[in-house]
Amino acid sequence: MRDVAVVSYAQSPAQRDAGGTTDVEMLVPVIDRALADAQLTRKEIDFICSGSCDYLAGGAFSFVMAVDALGATPSAQESHVEMDAAWALYEAWLKFQCGEIDVALIYGFGKSAPGDLPDVLSLQLDPYYTQPLWPDSISLAAIQAQMALAKGCFTERDMAEVVAASRRNAIHNPAAQLKGEFDVSDLLKEETFVSPLRKHDCCPITDGCSVLILASAEKARALCERPVWLRGINHRMESHFLGTRDLTTSTSTMKAAETLKLDGDKLDVAELYAPFSHQQLILQQSLKLTDNTRVNPSGGALAGHVLMAAGLDRFGAAAREIWSGRADRALAHATSGPCLQQNMLAILEGA
Amino acid sequence: MKLPEPREAVDRPIYLRYRYRASEQANRFLHAIKKGKILGVRSVGTGKVLVPPPGVCAESGTLTPQDLIELPDRGTVLSFTIVHLPIPNSRLKPPFVVANILLDGADQAFSHIISEAELKRVVIGTRVRAHWKPEAEWDYGLENIEYFVLTDEPAVDIEQHRALRLEEAARHA
Repeated sequence: MRDVAVVSYAQSPAQRDAGGTTDVEMLVPVIDRALADAQLTRKEIDFICSGSCDYLAGGAFSFVMAVDALGATPSAQESHVEMDAAWALYEAWLKFQCGEIDVALIYGFGKSAPGDLPDVLSLQLDPYYTQPLWPDSISLAAIQAQMALAKGCFTERDMAEVVAASRRNAIHNPAAQLKGEFDVSDLLKEETFVSPLRKHDCCPITDGCSVLILASAEKARALCERPVWLRGINHRMESHFLGTRDLTTSTSTMKAAETLKLDGDKLDVAELYAPFSHQQLILQQSLKLTDNTRVNPSGGALAGHVLMAAGLDRFGAAAREIWSGRADRALAHATSGPCLQQNMLAILEGA
Repeated sequence: MKLPEPREAVDRPIYLRYRYRASEQANRFLHAIKKGKILGVRSVGTGKVLVPPPGVCAESGTLTPQDLIELPDRGTVLSFTIVHLPIPNSRLKPPFVVANILLDGADQAFSHIISEAELKRVVIGTRVRAHWKPEAEWDYGLENIEYFVLTDEPAVDIEQHRALRLEEAARHA
């Protein structure tokens, strides 16, 4: 395996609505910042890979136009996934393993404000039996939460504690959308939104983008004082058909952890991509995390959720913990699909 | 067991509503063209004048400035093709010409239609000017120009023109 490291990461502020600012206009300053931190120019990037979904803003070909932000003329080596940019990072990692590249720029972006996101997301369901019923993403997550609560996996108070911790951690994250001190008892007094979920159990709708730069070992040491090494990466998926899955646990996460020989007890930090509070609890249980691990010091997706970049943000947030010296070993997790259908795990280390 | 008669189709309608907003540059361009003016923008990365004005210069990956440049409605044919199919709802009868037109003072061509009875008169380098729809019909779009027509000017040497444009862009980069 070729050693690959995260050498730079930048994100836009998480905004509820970016207005008329286009994806490509949002990306330019963030790309500029990520490149400047690694003292790179656009021409020194071997491979560009992005994650986005044109259904979010309803603009066809927005992923093609986004390449304009890279000044990709006369040509560039580029690819795109219709998934969270964490999967774009995975594609780039494979290209490193093929020995084809030394520097890759990965970006994810999303403008969810122009559409009705929970309904848009029902289009990712099977088009024959499930999608025609238009189950929105919040209702499906609520069904999952209901099952896990009934089974006794956790309580509504545990869910509220996840929310309070997310917003408290986000106080230190300048890019976060929702932050502050919240009392768990007060959160529990709020009415249910889609039972058993309260509004605060659901991630916000966010416009924004993120950029992360990967480099091979030789390059990484020159570009970054403390490269964050990608020690293992694995992703697994479960059936698209919700009725065949046990929604109260995350078997794909467990399988990925097993493949990576992950010891949940030996992580300083875990950045988990949980769009709903109960999903963070399901992930923590599936990963067997203990009190030794700080979960989502960035605030996580509940504090700001740029769909298609939120998974890449977990890599970025975990890397920041290592760059700052607050952590030596971190887990980055990304998810995609309804009710944690697909899950990716990566181990990041400072040395 | 006998299977039911196969159906040729079932309805699975999908409706999604979007609150689309034009970008700042598109907004400026569309408001100007409503008044019969064409706006472009000079890239700070390359010095080239781009029309319609994008928010980002694709060649350099830089944001374009807010100050736009008004361009004349005259230009030069960079390339063309003769179309023998009618355009729905168009007053133009085939055959007509679709051309890549480079407006004077611009470095990026756009496609539009040329109306000309003598098709053989259109060559690469032919000078053209806009034929606008009646002002009462102007809306927020490039279709306010109904088509381009040939001017009396002689055709220009495209390679020479391109070289001059690149020199000018370099002065502004």
